[in-house]
Amino acid sequence: MKARVTVTLKSGVLDPQGKAIEGALKSLGIEGVSSVRQGKVFDIELASKDKKAAESALKNACEKLLANTVIENYRVEVIG
Amino acid sequence: MKSAVLVFPGSNREGDVARALTRITGYAPAMVWHADTALPEGTDLVVLPGGFSYGDYLRCGAIAGRAPIMDAVQAHAKKGGLVLGICNGFQILCEAGLLPGVLMRNAQLKFMCHDVFLRVERSDTPFTRRYNAGDVIRVPVAHGEGNYIADAETIARLEGEGLVLFRYTSPEGKLDEAYNFNGATNAIAGILSDKLNVLGLMPHPENHIDAAIGPTDGRGLFESVKAALAA
Repeated sequence: MKARVTVTLKSGVLDPQGKAIEGALKSLGIEGVSSVRQGKVFDIELASKDKKAAESALKNACEKLLANTVIENYRVEVIG
Repeated sequence: MKSAVLVFPGSNREGDVARALTRITGYAPAMVWHADTALPEGTDLVVLPGGFSYGDYLRCGAIAGRAPIMDAVQAHAKKGGLVLGICNGFQILCEAGLLPGVLMRNAQLKFMCHDVFLRVERSDTPFTRRYNAGDVIRVPVAHGEGNYIADAETIARLEGEGLVLFRYTSPEGKLDEAYNFNGATNAIAGILSDKLNVLGLMPHPENHIDAAIGPTDGRGLFESVKAALAA
């Protein structure tokens, strides 16, 4: 079973890396960029065949390690 | 006094802090590998040194904060034992939940490596009893992620309970954004746990202990710990 975990900064948390990327995109002349926030994507393969169990394990993984919930949100998608 | 310096893959200041402890307290620390599950019997002080544990993968200190030895460090802190986290060690303590908040990328995005001035906010702690409140000390920093942030409630609690121990200031001890080089909330350079037994700070007091190479303002921290443990 495959899953994707996306970790993003909470709104309001300063993201200097996103700001630097935003500046670089603007300097490349890419139009219409009003804001960039950088995040992380984890593609994870699980032995489990049970979707509920996989989601629960990944949520636990996010709370314990993948995300720092002081500053980050996470989203778990089990792709199947 | 018995101290233990934790060594993670990618730690690089463990030798500096071991040297400072040996020279100032008179006792060489035990070097404890991250995969161990117990601290040496009778450990008084645990030090998490600077460096780049696990190459700063995922987030600075995130993987080290869950290393096998950390359960023993949590237990040591819980029973009131002293814990000192310097630089990456501070990041690890935050990731492990022993201190609140997070150290984010420096506001100007640069790795900063130079001396800074710190105001000592209180002297009635195990880490600062050999300083006076209001003293300004000169110590070096070397980090890319030292911009301390926490939610507004946590900041209010830290400030209200006097848990901010060091702040970046001018050489005269004045708060000035020009000296808050990494953008930290309220110029916070170091914080204490509720029971004052866990300290995390970004600067490196262990590097300013020898008159042969410059200022010695960092000695006071190690002298304080020695005095606190002898008391």
